[in-house]
Amino acid sequence: MRYFLAKAIALMALGMALTSGLAEKSPFITLSSTTSIENSGLLDYLIPRFKDRTGIDVRVVSVGTGRALKLGETGDTDLILVHHRPSEEEFVSKGFGVKRREVMYNDFIIAGPPEDPLDIGEADSVERVLTLIHKHRMPFVSRGDESGTHKKEMELWGLAGVDVQQYSGSWYHETGAGMGTTLNIANGMGAYVLADRGTWLSFKNRNGLALLFENDPLLHNQYSIIEINPERHPHTKFKEAELFTNWLASSEGQQMIASFTLDGQQLFFPNALPQ
Amino acid sequence: MNDFSQAFLKAIQLIIQLDPDLIEIVALSLQVSLTAVFIAGLIGLPLGAALALYRFFGRGLLVALLNTFMGLPPVVVGLVVYLILSRSGPLGALGLLFTPTAMVIAQVFLVTPIIAALTRQTVMDANDEFHAQLRALGAKSPNMMNTLLWETRYSLVTNVFAGFGRAIAEVGAVLIVGGNINHNTRVMTTSIALETSKGNIELALALGVILITLSLIVTSAVMSARHAAHKMYT
Repeated sequence: MRYFLAKAIALMALGMALTSGLAEKSPFITLSSTTSIENSGLLDYLIPRFKDRTGIDVRVVSVGTGRALKLGETGDTDLILVHHRPSEEEFVSKGFGVKRREVMYNDFIIAGPPEDPLDIGEADSVERVLTLIHKHRMPFVSRGDESGTHKKEMELWGLAGVDVQQYSGSWYHETGAGMGTTLNIANGMGAYVLADRGTWLSFKNRNGLALLFENDPLLHNQYSIIEINPERHPHTKFKEAELFTNWLASSEGQQMIASFTLDGQQLFFPNALPQ
Repeated sequence: MNDFSQAFLKAIQLIIQLDPDLIEIVALSLQVSLTAVFIAGLIGLPLGAALALYRFFGRGLLVALLNTFMGLPPVVVGLVVYLILSRSGPLGALGLLFTPTAMVIAQVFLVTPIIAALTRQTVMDANDEFHAQLRALGAKSPNMMNTLLWETRYSLVTNVFAGFGRAIAEVGAVLIVGGNINHNTRVMTTSIALETSKGNIELALALGVILITLSLIVTSAVMSARHAAHKMYT
């Protein structure tokens, strides 16, 4: 009689036993990074080499820059790789991070419907592009998630002298989501959107979008890496985290970043200063 | 429609290739959700039965809470478990955030109310039916609970797998507490969300097809075991 229940329990136990070998106990650090880097595949390219060199695995949690910094504040990560200088400097000056090290850059682009009704491709500056979008009330999709890209976008609207908050829900749409999800939405709406070039190049569902505006110096996108301060969070693995920073800034790490391409295009440009 | 047929082809292709990444993700999905359902069953079955059979202070409130918690939003559960397990939270010292264990904990919170509430209903209905008989046979309360759980075992298995369906399908909680870390906490649902955000719509849909197939296999395995057992013992 009890055979059936016993069998059900045995089945579950078997399932657990079969799969429990997955959580191996090799040394690792946790890196909080941005969705833009995750979506590009750069870290999947870099981490195996770092693991070969040091035996340390890197576990990547991909969130926006705002949340990555928050994970650093609460001590839930050992290292952050993000892209918003003012927030990063504040993070270090408050004592959450040990030091901020610039490692690579690329740039932001503005994409939109391929027919480009506003001719923003002809505009002479990014402020001009945003002013045009505002003037004609063209749909614009924003990350709206405190990510590095969102913070950058807010700075640019500020420079263009447009207070977008009051238009939220009319022509200005805040998705509160990652870059890829936001591009999916812009694609569906035929809207303009600010994106980092890494995500743009690796994004697959862009047949309704075209790259329309690029190459304004204001669209520079700098990535930096910061170790979490072990004095604040003694359990964090500062030594191992610093190994990763130093490797990323080393000539090998920098060459690896430069050699990462997608369809023949380089996604990130190394610019770490020698120590 | 083209997208859908493409996705089916892709799904079949992935299954035939036995892609090691896919196997790892499927295995972790099953490990996390089956473990969560097992633990939730250990709590939910006796809890539900006790609520059906015993009268005590606060029972009504507990029943109302359980029924409400059957529909707990996974993202809220994820957030609460996240705050508890964060290094700055009360259980931070355990270092469980961003591990499969954290994902199991979150799913236990999601699944236990479902199993407990459904079990309460099942046992209560059975009790209405058999109460007089059992009393007449001189059954005492603890015995009665065991007898009723045993007599309703086939329905209870269905209840437990309603919980499994919830666990294997949710993305909100495991994404927050697991972090969707490749080779570590990435499961079927978080992969689907990730591939969608990368614009790999076809691959995302293919993974969706595989996830549903997986649920179908687990559910039919349980149903046929149940059916076989039913035939054998009645």
